[in-house]
Amino acid sequence: MSTERRAPGGWVNSLLDNRDKRLPRIAGPCGVIVFGVTGDLSRKKLMPAIYDLANRGLLPPGFALVGFARRDWADENFAELVHDAVREHARTPFREEVWARLSEGIRFVPGSFDDDAAFDNLTSMISDLDQERGTGGNHAFYLSIPPTMFPVVLKQLARTGLAVQNGDQWRRVVIEKPFGHDLRSARELNDIVSDVFPEESVFRIDHYLGKETVQNILALRFANQLYEPIWNSHYVDHVQITMAEDIGLAGRAGYYDGIGAARDVIQNHLLQLLALTAMEEPLSFSPESLRSEKIKILSAIKLAEPLDETTARGQYTAGWQGATKVVGVLEEPGFRQDSTTETFAAITLQVDTRRWAGVPFFLRTGKRLGRRVTEIAVIFKRAPHLPFEKTMTEELGQNALVIRIQPDEGVIIRFGSKVPGTAMEVRDVTMDFRYGTAFTESSPEAYERLLLDMLLGEPSLFPVNAEVELSWGILDPVLEHWAKQDGPEPYPAGTWGPPSADLMIAKTGRAWRRP
Amino acid sequence: MIVDLPSTTTSAVNHALIDMRERGGAVAIGRVLNLVIVTDDSAQVEQSIEAANEASKEHPCRVLVMARGLKRAGTRLDAQIRVGGDAGASEVLVLRLYGPLADHGDSVVIPLLLPDCPVVAWWPGAAPAIPAQDPIGRLAQRRITDAAAASQPTKALESRRISYADGDTDLAWTRLTAWRALLAAALDLPPFEEVEAVTVTGAADNPSADLLAGWLRSRLHVPVRRRASPPGGGISSAVLERPSGPVELFRPDGKVGVLRQPGQPERRMPLKRPSLRACLAEELRRLDPDEIYQAALQAVTEVNSRRASGAKGSRSGETQGDP
Repeated sequence: MSTERRAPGGWVNSLLDNRDKRLPRIAGPCGVIVFGVTGDLSRKKLMPAIYDLANRGLLPPGFALVGFARRDWADENFAELVHDAVREHARTPFREEVWARLSEGIRFVPGSFDDDAAFDNLTSMISDLDQERGTGGNHAFYLSIPPTMFPVVLKQLARTGLAVQNGDQWRRVVIEKPFGHDLRSARELNDIVSDVFPEESVFRIDHYLGKETVQNILALRFANQLYEPIWNSHYVDHVQITMAEDIGLAGRAGYYDGIGAARDVIQNHLLQLLALTAMEEPLSFSPESLRSEKIKILSAIKLAEPLDETTARGQYTAGWQGATKVVGVLEEPGFRQDSTTETFAAITLQVDTRRWAGVPFFLRTGKRLGRRVTEIAVIFKRAPHLPFEKTMTEELGQNALVIRIQPDEGVIIRFGSKVPGTAMEVRDVTMDFRYGTAFTESSPEAYERLLLDMLLGEPSLFPVNAEVELSWGILDPVLEHWAKQDGPEPYPAGTWGPPSADLMIAKTGRAWRRP
Repeated sequence: MIVDLPSTTTSAVNHALIDMRERGGAVAIGRVLNLVIVTDDSAQVEQSIEAANEASKEHPCRVLVMARGLKRAGTRLDAQIRVGGDAGASEVLVLRLYGPLADHGDSVVIPLLLPDCPVVAWWPGAAPAIPAQDPIGRLAQRRITDAAAASQPTKALESRRISYADGDTDLAWTRLTAWRALLAAALDLPPFEEVEAVTVTGAADNPSADLLAGWLRSRLHVPVRRRASPPGGGISSAVLERPSGPVELFRPDGKVGVLRQPGQPERRMPLKRPSLRACLAEELRRLDPDEIYQAALQAVTEVNSRRASGAKGSRSGETQGDP
């Protein structure tokens, strides 16, 4: 991540120095324009993150936040919405003086997306802000709206000239997943966006990549001598990447029906986690080097065949989720009763490189599973020779290194240890490093980090279009295969998925780790 | 949980710690550093522990509080162990030293340090003349002092300058970070121009204002003036003169900062003096020598000198030997 900043004419800011590590990078003067302000994500994540950044002193003085929606609102109404969202969801304490400064820059433009007049209002509002607040012509357009509405909004941005960057100014666009629903639609979506914004101005938010633990995968792998020598097929037996949710579809059923677990999670989060786990060491931590390594590894990923045996999918049925009785997915309001959309998906991948030849990567995700957990488990081979009696090591499993992404971020190492007593008996124990409980207080939330990086124009943590398309390329055959089959297999809520998922991994002589 | 161990020894304290871990289990979180707080046995003890407990949420640590009691008393070590809810994410050992032992705090600290983890020493009040050569300071990779807490802040800062060693840092410097970040960001915009002169205004005995002036001097190599404002107000303004007009950052009421630049609207942002716990957490975030602080500290003597030493715009650091 280059910190050398040169302005035109070779001018160098003498007050900045790479060695001055305590100096935070404050974003330059700018504004953020949010489309879809009333959405869940915008209220629960985006607005609180903006406040938290302001509270940490990382937003520029004179920052502006503009909301655009089909509401008959004045600036104050929108400010109230932001205020409530901040009060309820911000991570840092509410400070009146911070809010007072932030609220000075809050504006609202009423109108629908196909309303030319509303966008003309927006345009003049933005140039007013440049004068009043000194946002300097730097603006980010945050599309917190369904992708079907992208074309009309982007067309408006193009028509009004809002997407054009002049000289030193920048204009950026932020989009959230889903980035399409298959390779073809992803390409279409990208064509629409890239018609208006150049690729370097497009920031795709995958909030997983903003998480400290995900970035810590790189530190763990490449800053240490300990792991890299064993990070290959000589020592690794297989890798399991799990993202389990305990919640159902309440409220999102309409959106989720027709999308399903594989598109919702595997295509983006899990394949990105896989890429970070499996990629080669980048030449440097510059955005270009990181991307080229991720693209290399994504290009090397192949589906294990035959898909009948190497994939599994399911739908949760009514059951007990912890201490609560919950309904099955087909009874969720908004979900079609004959829907074949899966709420659990598991796939088997192989990575065709010298490092990973023969090491299967098992990916699974689902709703209403045993508990909420995301982790990467690297399971090692058994020692080739055990100088013990067989009875001594009966309880010894395979060594494992587990990177826990959430909750309770951390790293676990599992290894054998002698059981106290006169007999020699070896049993598995765990060594648990908890990154989360210890450091959460001040480590920025994923959204904060991503938002700040976007305002600073720092692209490392955002997937580029090539990564999105490669990921769809991997997943598409599975989706096509499933579309030809009968519906998904049912599994009771609160369990770890359908029997076919266990069968899929058991066929290779392995078993899922209970996360 | 709080356990008192009156009139005890360091091995008894270590025993008690292991014992509590076995019984409670709660103390088994991975700690990343040792924080040794050196203070007199006064109200400062609790204040410092509170700040350390808060900071420990970000940096789980073992806090060793060395409270020096009466020297005329008989030799005695009173210890108190706090874990769990009474200690944030840290474990706190309060060690009260009496009699001749009060001068041998290092011997008490050594057996109680966590193995391998870095040691940070913090003097919330009066600091030794040469922190790096103090018995406790020698054990530490990083030494935190607070010139503003000294009875004569300006003198304390001068003493820091003379005795500087890698690993030294001062909370008067930490309190500046927000000011520095705003000034750096303000220059980072068009028109990209060189600064020609600087004026920093702040309370006469405010060491942070001195350091801000020193920092700007060490970075910009232009004449820097330091003007005094009424005592108690901290830093009140920093003005950077440029050909197109001055960049002014000022804080009229001690809470809200105002940034004024030619051709741009006035901008306001919160700029409060940061809390002790925030300063401490920032200090614990890095453990390597702070070269920027060193340069700023050394340049404090060049403030108010008329000559622009070193060619303007050069960044070779040739101002070092300037009289």
